[in-house]
Amino acid sequence: MFAFAIRSLAQGVLVLVTVAFIAFSMFRFVGDPVVNMLGQEATQQDRQELTERLGLNDPWPIQFARFLGDAAQGEFGVSYRQGRKVSDLIKERLPATLELAVLSAIFATGLGVLLGVYAAINRTGILSNLIMSLSLIGVSLPTFLIGIGLIYIFAVELRWLPSFGRGEVVRLGWWSTGLLTESGRKSLILPVLTLGFFQLTLIMRLVRAEMLEVMRADFIRFARARGISDRSIELSHALRNTLIPVVTIAGLQLGSVIAFAIVTETVFQWPGLGALFVNAVQFADVPVMSAYLMFVAAVFVIVNLTVDLLYFILDPRLRSGRRVAKGH
Amino acid sequence: MATGDTGMEPVLSVRNLSLEFVTRRGVLRALNEISFDIARGEVLGVVGESGAGKSLTGTAIIGLIDKPGRLSGGEIWLKGQRIDNIGHDGLRKIRGRRIGMIFQDPLTSLNPLFRVGDQIAETILTHMPVSKAEARSRALALLTEVGIPAPESRIDAYPHEFSGGMRQRVVIALALAAEPDLIIADEPTTALDVSVQAQIITLLKRLCRTRGTSVMLITHDMGVIAETADRVAVMYAGRIVEIGPVADVIRHPRHPYATGLMGAIPALGAKVQRLTQISGAMPRLNAIPAGCAFRPRCTVAIGKCAEAIPPLVPVGATSARCWLHETPVEWSASHG
Repeated sequence: MFAFAIRSLAQGVLVLVTVAFIAFSMFRFVGDPVVNMLGQEATQQDRQELTERLGLNDPWPIQFARFLGDAAQGEFGVSYRQGRKVSDLIKERLPATLELAVLSAIFATGLGVLLGVYAAINRTGILSNLIMSLSLIGVSLPTFLIGIGLIYIFAVELRWLPSFGRGEVVRLGWWSTGLLTESGRKSLILPVLTLGFFQLTLIMRLVRAEMLEVMRADFIRFARARGISDRSIELSHALRNTLIPVVTIAGLQLGSVIAFAIVTETVFQWPGLGALFVNAVQFADVPVMSAYLMFVAAVFVIVNLTVDLLYFILDPRLRSGRRVAKGH
Repeated sequence: MATGDTGMEPVLSVRNLSLEFVTRRGVLRALNEISFDIARGEVLGVVGESGAGKSLTGTAIIGLIDKPGRLSGGEIWLKGQRIDNIGHDGLRKIRGRRIGMIFQDPLTSLNPLFRVGDQIAETILTHMPVSKAEARSRALALLTEVGIPAPESRIDAYPHEFSGGMRQRVVIALALAAEPDLIIADEPTTALDVSVQAQIITLLKRLCRTRGTSVMLITHDMGVIAETADRVAVMYAGRIVEIGPVADVIRHPRHPYATGLMGAIPALGAKVQRLTQISGAMPRLNAIPAGCAFRPRCTVAIGKCAEAIPPLVPVGATSARCWLHETPVEWSASHG
């Protein structure tokens, strides 16, 4: 178990260093930072002085090591466009994105598992078939279309919910939350639905398929032959076996929900990291872009580590170290 | 009744059981008028080649036939109670509690994510009004009884931490957990190492004898039947073709198919150059010939065999379904 955790951690670090190298390369290939900082009017000498001061004359491995050191401390320099520290910008935007993503993930996995189990148990029911048909829409419609559709129905026609922004937020230290005000909560509903809908349908279909597979297993048949109640077989024996593969997919999906909320944030003008990144791309704001890249990588690494550790809780077969009975 | 040297009511009585599969291409009859009794403490062996309907008979008794299969006739009685028409919940109370089942593959019979002790305790708690602590101590006693070494520590182990033979011992403990009257063992040793098979059979036999539990032992291993069973039923293409005391069926098989099966058993010390082989294969369910299903492979078939299905008639100590032993008057008097 310990060796496994260390190995996963080492792999995670390797991924982060690799991504850091790509992020670092962006500085060298996307525009010249010296020109960006000094503008067109600067003299040749000014440029050389700044280049020296920024350490850009050092060989690239040293520059990369310096970049890594800074990145490890969360420092990615100063935004070209806004002139503020990138770490501050991210800190400011992170709560909006995390709140949106975590709520979407809870919505998607909670309801997804529930509906998936229902559809698997009542395989031939009318409601199950309806759910399955609707889920096809969720899987096939692009996110922005779902968002725009929801805005049209609930914001434009019914006027129940706001169509953009976070509403009023409350500051708790450096964290800002929309959960404590009514307008904040109302503003969350549509983006959460939009961001979570695809994941919901995906997880639901996955749970249903896995559960139907598990229900055909010998140990389910044996549990029936032992007279175990249907409810216990479905919700205890089958569901736990179903969840193992589902955790993998759901984990990766959660990572992508946090990392790629870009479309949803753009549609709802949500002041999160995705919107920050889109703006950064438009202005070739390399420090922000590279920071975002590192952030996405870190999210995936952390989620993967968590999933790996969850396996140990869910699946006793992975917990080694116990002796196996030999002899008969 | 046909069996019952004790004169007691049989534990299990199957009467004219038929089972069919409704498919798109028509109705396939998988079991035809199966009738047999199992007395208290008796071991009935059921033999036959793959597809003869052995497992299906066991599955039908415990009510686990999956769609599109369905019982199309006959009755199943458990200690005087009819159980083929008592519905889902009625059957669930009988499964495990009054009929235990052991499946072929111990590697897949246990839920991999649950401790073996918890699986045994779960079965006990489902059927018996005992506390959790009591269920656990019973589970421990069962594990000791089936010969798991160091049961106090193994009770909290997971199935993957046991070898195949040990897992089948756990499965036996599970089947016996709620003290059923009858155990249906569906090829309990087929998936095991040859060296372990004898141990498992001996264990099963010993446990059932001490408890007075009846056993329906489904297998295609005649050696196991010869050592273990009191009586044996030979199945072919969904019918019982011969049934009787195991010694008689082995020494004097009356049905040509049974004769062929017994001839295929290698024996130590016997001066046999070649083992007999029954040529051909069992017909598929959708192509069972008219008359006796064994006729195409039978070496002693007569004209009548193609015309009608022979009834099961007593021949000496056993009963056989063959026109060569036709004595209908006697049959109608003693078989129902």
